[in-house]
Formats: sequence, structure tokens, C-alpha cells
Amino acid sequence: MEPLRIADQEFESRLFVGTGKYADNDTMMEALRASGTAMVTVSVRRVDLDRTQSEGILFHLDPDEFFLLPNTAGCYTAEDAIRYARLARAAGFNEWLKLEVIGDEATLVPDTQATLEAAQTLVDEGFKVMAYTNDDLITALRLEDVGCVAVMPLASPIGSGLGIVNPYFIREIKRRCEVPIIVDAGVGTASDACVAMEQGVDGVLMNTAIAAAEDPVAMAHAMRLATQAGRLAYVAGRMEAREIAVPSSPTRGMLD
Amino acid sequence: MRAIQRDERLVMNDPGNIQVRVNGKEREVRSGLSVHELVESFDLNPLLIVVELNREILNRDQFKDVEISDGDAVELVHFVGGG
Repeated sequence: MEPLRIADQEFESRLFVGTGKYADNDTMMEALRASGTAMVTVSVRRVDLDRTQSEGILFHLDPDEFFLLPNTAGCYTAEDAIRYARLARAAGFNEWLKLEVIGDEATLVPDTQATLEAAQTLVDEGFKVMAYTNDDLITALRLEDVGCVAVMPLASPIGSGLGIVNPYFIREIKRRCEVPIIVDAGVGTASDACVAMEQGVDGVLMNTAIAAAEDPVAMAHAMRLATQAGRLAYVAGRMEAREIAVPSSPTRGMLD
Repeated sequence: MRAIQRDERLVMNDPGNIQVRVNGKEREVRSGLSVHELVESFDLNPLLIVVELNREILNRDQFKDVEISDGDAVELVHFVGGG
């Protein structure tokens, strides 16, 4: 399959995977490898100085094996997202960022105005911003205009597993934007990933669908195949759907 | 507090001590303590964390030169799992 290029980086996989919510670090590492992903997201948080929680993820995750994409998850204002972004860059791995500014606690849908504001500042500071956004065409176009290297519309709310609720606008965003489009959030199972890729988007990002599966490693493998299958089907070009049966076998040459 | 109590550089209830807020929690540390010493007192690898002092991010090469002052707010952060 053709590699995916985002800004100056090429990725062999079109599946991006989050590293949250795994039962343990060994399962996470095995799942990441089974998914075939090349890029994984991480979050910036306080060190637990009383060590009641597990240590930092870099004790387990080798940044040479997976390209790290720090996120600003949990931020509700542009100011907070910018602060977390700067902290993430200061860790010294890269200047890439999954920008996420949440606008509503119940649905975790993004605050698109604050996202645009933060994106502008961070692009100006030299960040390579991959922006998590709504399935809204105008916001996607504006995020591209301010210089985001990828736009990442949601399939459905984070952690919901509802799949793509608005395939038409995902297709429209892909058709109108020039930067890569990554469907981010809402994938629940392999068919959701496949359907997302069949819309023509460049990649899909997921976390809970793998981490919360009964067998995360097996689900990671399923997601790898589904993402590939969806991409291949899109590139192959599907037949036209029609609400009438058309025989697959010759109608001539039947016996009397 | 376990790490601090174990570290002889950080003597509790010493009049030469100062109050600082580390990751949202008030702590008493020795006056003149460097950021590097503070990080090490928690058994942390300076290469794997980022330090924010009063909302300003410090470069790692500043850790040994910058002293903690009374009333400072320090944030020690790192990467954790997340989507």
C-alpha cells in the first residue's frame, strides 16, 4: 500500500493508535505492534510524585519504534492547549502535536473556535499541528488555511464506539481539503475503521476501540486489516450501488 | 513526601527552608536548592521530564543553574498513555 505523507514525514501505516486505557503496559505494547501502526499518541500529565500510579510511558514505549504524537487531551481552552503543547515539545522528541480543545464535557466535542485560535498560535510557533475537529466542513477548511498539516474530524464522540455518524460530511471534508484527513475518534470495531477508510480519508486514529476490546491484541490486528481493506477498496473504486438485482451469471445459454 | 523525607538535603522544619508548590502540593525544601536537585530528590530522570517554573518552561541545561525560590510553583510533567 502506498505510504501516507503528512508534512515532511512518511508513514507506512494509515492507522494511528492511542496509548490510553490499556490494562497493562505489556498488553499495550503487544497491541501497538499487532496494529502495525507507525504513529502513537501520548498525553502530557503531572508526574505522580507519590508514585501511586504507574511511571511515565517512555519506560515502555521506544520513541525510535513509534513516532510520538503528543496530544492536548483534557484541555478546554486555547490557552491551556498551547501550554500543554509547549510542554510536549520541550520533552525534546519532535514538534508534532495532536491539537484537541474540548468544548463540552458530556460529548467531548471540540470547541472549534478555540481550536482554530490555538492552531494559529501553534503553527506560528513552528508546531506541526494535526487538529482534532468536528465533522464540520468550514472548520476543516479554516484549520487547513491556518497551516495545520492534517485535519482530524471525528467519526462520532470520543470513546463512544458509534462509528461514522456523518459519512457525507467526512467525504465532503476529504474532497475539499488538500491536507491529509484522518478520522479521529468514535471507531468501535473493525467495520467502522473500514467504512471510514472507504470514504477516501487518508487514515484513522483510534484508542478505546482497541484498548477496551476483550482481547486488545486481536482487535489491534483486526483494525490493521480493516484499515488496509478500506483503503484498498477505496482505491479500487467500488461498483455503483443500485436498488435492483442484476444477475452475475450469463442469462443466455440456459438449457431449454 | 516519601522521597523528600529520605533525602538529607531536604530537612524538614529547618528555619532555612522555603515553601514551594510542586505539582499542586505545598512542600518544604532547603533554601538554595537547584531545579536539578529537586528533580533528583524525587528519583526522576531529568531526561524524561519537563519542568515548568512559575509557568515558564525550563531548558534541561538550565536545571543546575536555576535555584528554587520561596513561593515558586513548579510543575514536573512527563508523557503518559493517552489518545
